[in-house]
Amino acid sequence: MQINISGKEVTGPSSKTDFLVALNQDTLDKHTNELTEKSGILFDVDEKIATADIPKNTKLFKIPLSNLAGEKNILSNTVALGALVAIFGGDFKILKELISKEYEKDETVKDNLKAAEVGYTYITENYPRQTTSLLKFVKSEPKLVLNGNEAVAKGAISARLKFAAIYPMSPISGILHFLTAHQKEHNYIYKQPEDEISAINMAIGASFAGARSMVATSGGGFCLMTEGYGLAGMTETPVVIINGMRGAPATGIPTWSEQSDLQFVLNAHQGDFPRIVLAAGDAQEAFELTRQAFNLADKYQTPVVVLIDKNICDNDQSFLPFENSPYTLDRGKFTTEKVGNYKRYGLSKDGISTRTVPGSGNFFIANSDEHNELGFSSEEIENRNNQMEKRMGKLSTCAKNDMPAPKLFGPTKADITIVSWGSNKGSIIQALKEFGNVNYLHITWMSPFPTEQVKKVLDGARYVVDIECNYSGQLANLIREKTGIEIKDKLLKYDGRPFFVEEIINKINCVLKDLKND
Amino acid sequence: MTDLADLTTPFSPTWCPGCGNLSLWTAFKNASVLENWNNSNTVLVAGIGCHGHILNFIKLTSFETLHGRPIPVATGIKIVNPKLNVFVFTGDGDCLGEGGNHFLHACRRNENLTIIIHNNGVYALTTGQTSPTSEKGYQSKSTPAGNTDTPLNPLALAITAGATFVAREYAGDVNNLAETIIKANNHKGIAVIETLQPCVTFNKKLTHTFFRDNCYRLGKDYNSADKIAAYNKSLEFGIKKIPLGVFYKV
Repeated sequence: MQINISGKEVTGPSSKTDFLVALNQDTLDKHTNELTEKSGILFDVDEKIATADIPKNTKLFKIPLSNLAGEKNILSNTVALGALVAIFGGDFKILKELISKEYEKDETVKDNLKAAEVGYTYITENYPRQTTSLLKFVKSEPKLVLNGNEAVAKGAISARLKFAAIYPMSPISGILHFLTAHQKEHNYIYKQPEDEISAINMAIGASFAGARSMVATSGGGFCLMTEGYGLAGMTETPVVIINGMRGAPATGIPTWSEQSDLQFVLNAHQGDFPRIVLAAGDAQEAFELTRQAFNLADKYQTPVVVLIDKNICDNDQSFLPFENSPYTLDRGKFTTEKVGNYKRYGLSKDGISTRTVPGSGNFFIANSDEHNELGFSSEEIENRNNQMEKRMGKLSTCAKNDMPAPKLFGPTKADITIVSWGSNKGSIIQALKEFGNVNYLHITWMSPFPTEQVKKVLDGARYVVDIECNYSGQLANLIREKTGIEIKDKLLKYDGRPFFVEEIINKINCVLKDLKND
Repeated sequence: MTDLADLTTPFSPTWCPGCGNLSLWTAFKNASVLENWNNSNTVLVAGIGCHGHILNFIKLTSFETLHGRPIPVATGIKIVNPKLNVFVFTGDGDCLGEGGNHFLHACRRNENLTIIIHNNGVYALTTGQTSPTSEKGYQSKSTPAGNTDTPLNPLALAITAGATFVAREYAGDVNNLAETIIKANNHKGIAVIETLQPCVTFNKKLTHTFFRDNCYRLGKDYNSADKIAAYNKSLEFGIKKIPLGVFYKV
């Protein structure tokens, strides 16, 4: 686990570690390469940790962590936390308050408070001259600390979610944990299904009956949902699908991140139907896009996928509050009243027909078979063509009415233009601060795709680099498919780890050097 | 009140003459008239198979799902609108093959749904392959040398998995079937009805004559609240020994 503390905004992880807490040898060995001459290490002297390989001037804080924790060896980490507050000159009172709050309903609260105090005292007594005063209390606006999973759940609640069926899976279980805890307060139902097939079909049933519905899963669970994905498309039933991406294929590297489900969700299920696919770059975007996804699903009566990578799902970040930004519920063409001569799949120019619910008195069939305007099964040539064109027409209506241009960070004219998506956003934006001549095109709409705007930016760019966490450059492939532009320089990573800011800076420096030599 | 004419759609059944679905269709429409099931209070959900065509022939709002999936779709509907009468039409392949997992979990979930399993012991829409309820030795296009697998018993499964209303009817007995469908809908909790029905085209053994000769109704002395007795009764199947009626209700 890496924690970044700074007076300035931090949006991306670093490949360097200023201070390492090593509870055992394994931790030290795994992180030695991140240490610098200025780093500090706190480790357990009782663990007999070998420190021969670490950089020379590293400050060592040797603490009998397990011994200080006493019989409750499990509290070593709290002892270390108390020690850290002392090392960085923090206010112990604040730590005490935080521990009391975190463990308020837990019988271990007293033991934890004691453990923190023991660690704090040990440092003040044994290393009085090696502490700093980095952790000063600064008065600032209250901030929101949350991760992507919580942001998605909050977004869904804010969009008046009524039904969610989520089969537990890393990295999105946090969404269901948040949702289950707030059901009564916000009047929606969470139901645990027997599998992801059931999850999406339950959500489709609930949505058909009029409730705003969602599922959340990771790539493997989405494999099972693919048939329901197309069912929602064919029956024109709104449903929001959150896909938290992790290292794939198969069970893959389940607790690490990847961005390799993009082409999968763009093409999942047989045949053509309007797939709306959005991708969030951080928790704030996850919140906004989830809220928007519910409106889009209702307006276009089709499934909407929101992609988030594991790095966003589980990483806590501080933000200025954003949950109260205005939200307009848009259910699209929808009625619960009885309508004369009602046609559920009536043809229309924009591809959208008026939706209703069972129990309204209106007769219709939501039919997985090709169907006529009422929903009766039909294989007639003219009807098939009309219904297919009606459904697919919704995508162009959506692109016209709802799709924003992708955001360009940095100067309009630049020597290097980076194209990327998902959680890479944070590291790229932080790296950009080191340069005045690099800009970043951040893509959040994958389908429909902002072809013209992307083409314009890339056509005008001097040099383009594609950055993605997958093996094949899936966004670059999408850009080539849509614009005809091939991005030759790709920085790709598929080891499950996020892009560190330094990696982006190195890449930019290498390209700048090459451009200079040209 | 619902009139039989209100339930008529522009489409006539496409099932084979003599198909068990025809009498099941009649029984369901009769029950709808008796109970005033209409587009303000009722929704039908079906899977894929010959049974699923029924939605095109009853003018009640419905959802034709994918193969094997009517149960989770119906569950979602019922959870968000408990006021609706929700009926699931499903076949032996749809319910016990492709949708087997959903069936098991629906039984233990005990939502207030009525599941009607159209059991003809064969995959009929795909022109005659063995099904999860086909008997051992059954020769079909997929088992030309005879089926090697033991058939599933939907009633025994439902009882053990936690269903609270379990019944069997013969599709040809329209009045009793209609009555049991009404009882099932009035039951609070999940209701499973297995309907024995012939496939006149692909199953030459389970004919109308076979069912008429070998079925009998559970007597007044039968105690449908006894789970173990119900389980034992559900295992009974043979010549002159096919029980019909409500096996289990709690």
